[in-house]
Amino acid sequence: MPDLNKAFTSNSFYEFLRLGRLMGTKCSNCSDLSIRPRPICFKCHSQSLEWTPFIGFGSLSTYTIIAIPPTIMANRGYGRSNPYCSGIITLEEGPRVSGFISGVDCHNPNSIEVGMLLKIDFSKMWDESPTIMFIPR
Amino acid sequence: MIALNRHRKLARGVSMVGVGVAQFGAFPTKTTRDIFSESIQDLLNRSEYGLNIGEIQCGYIGNFSADRFEGQAHLGSILADWIGLTPTPFTRVENGCASGGSAIREGVMAIASGLYDIVLVGGVEKMTSVPTIQAIDNLAAVADSLYEVPAGFTFPGIYALVAKAHMDRYETNLEHLMKVSIKNHHNGSLNPKAQFNMPLQDLMQQRIDWAKDKGAVIPHWNNEYEFLNDLSANPWIAWPLKLFDCAPITDGAACALLVSSDLARNFTDTPVNIIGIGQATGRPLHDAEELTSFGATRFAASQAYNMAGINANQIQLAEVHDCFTIAEIVAMEDLGFFAPGEASRALDDGRTSLNGELPINTSGGLKAKGHPVGASGVAQAAEVFLQLSGKAESRQVQKKDLEIALSQSVGGAGGTSVVTIYERG
Repeated sequence: MPDLNKAFTSNSFYEFLRLGRLMGTKCSNCSDLSIRPRPICFKCHSQSLEWTPFIGFGSLSTYTIIAIPPTIMANRGYGRSNPYCSGIITLEEGPRVSGFISGVDCHNPNSIEVGMLLKIDFSKMWDESPTIMFIPR
Repeated sequence: MIALNRHRKLARGVSMVGVGVAQFGAFPTKTTRDIFSESIQDLLNRSEYGLNIGEIQCGYIGNFSADRFEGQAHLGSILADWIGLTPTPFTRVENGCASGGSAIREGVMAIASGLYDIVLVGGVEKMTSVPTIQAIDNLAAVADSLYEVPAGFTFPGIYALVAKAHMDRYETNLEHLMKVSIKNHHNGSLNPKAQFNMPLQDLMQQRIDWAKDKGAVIPHWNNEYEFLNDLSANPWIAWPLKLFDCAPITDGAACALLVSSDLARNFTDTPVNIIGIGQATGRPLHDAEELTSFGATRFAASQAYNMAGINANQIQLAEVHDCFTIAEIVAMEDLGFFAPGEASRALDDGRTSLNGELPINTSGGLKAKGHPVGASGVAQAAEVFLQLSGKAESRQVQKKDLEIALSQSVGGAGGTSVVTIYERG
């Protein structure tokens, strides 16, 4: 069982992620769900929030194949000859999230389909900087 | 209950009475302060009645990241000193790529409040001092560093998401993106201050000449579209965006002198009044209402239109934030010029070209004029000033009754948007 008394901070979010859990917040007042944990509800500004688990299933809403990477991705071996896919995933619970998409053909962007079903993958997460990573399911 | 939705008006009139623009480009020997000073020199040299900058009472300078690019923070004080204006209060305004637009808004409010009568607004960015990959890292910092950047996003990457979503939802395609690029490069070819002061045809010829010179395979393109479709000449940056969908990395600066409207005619015979201004924030793209539209632009535009007492179809010319070609398409729709999904057809019909019914980015836009991030919003205002006062030279829009124009400055992918409406004084 994850520690549900953790502070509503990004540090907590990534601690959960390292433990293999995608946790977000739910507002006790308006039921709004958020992946990015904050001490104040985005929608109704209530301070009555609780951690809630997300199952990590979703569908791809939009994506890109990045050929010119930032330093952190270049250091992982990505670049013009080894591009990668990042996208926005709509989770089954409703909220959307930005994520790295693994297991797709980045040399053939049109082979990747909007609407394709994805699941979160904790196994390939980069240690030095945890990333929300999805693979096709 | 406080009436939050009442129409906001400026407490007194504010006019733009002069502008200055530094040469945009890549200048290895110039620092932020040199480029900024060049824009002030241009303001002075264009001044009709011998402007004394010592009369400036306050300054707001848009700058995104001199601390990251050049190791220089606290630009307000540094730049006030560099142009001999201490102890005048100067403040650096940072709102990502909308820093320039926000600096103008601060200046407008400072005058409308009655606190000051003569205010300098400026913007400056020196970006070519770092390797390209570091510039990419710096620009990515405009996005959410905890929830967007870790997914691998660069700035082009986030706009690529918008482009893909727009193409999926509407009839927008790669050719429409090219049309924005070709149009803005054409306009930039008429702007001597532009980084790309040449049409795409000339850039193509340069590549051909280079190949001949090097004994390389000589490329052949029948037109701009063939060039833009050639991945060896126009490679993917972040699919579906290619190199020529992206504004360049630029050194540049711009400034404008704002005064209370009752003083305007002491400075120029052709003042431009600021009749509406709005600013709004938006959430990161994954949490935005739509993936094809920026709520911040729609909200800022609505404030500005209400303040000006006009609607979108009265705008006769616009400078919009085309950091990527798709951004111009989204702006055309969010500003209410065209219905959602209709911008592509407007591009097909040439409605936003220099001689179209609603010329957009006559300066060349960020795409061809260049995008020194913190300066862009102010450079847009400068272009509007030149067009409305009939001083835009070879790119002057030929409309007898050119009276009302708009500029839009965006930070991030809709994180901030500033919309300003101007009227010939």
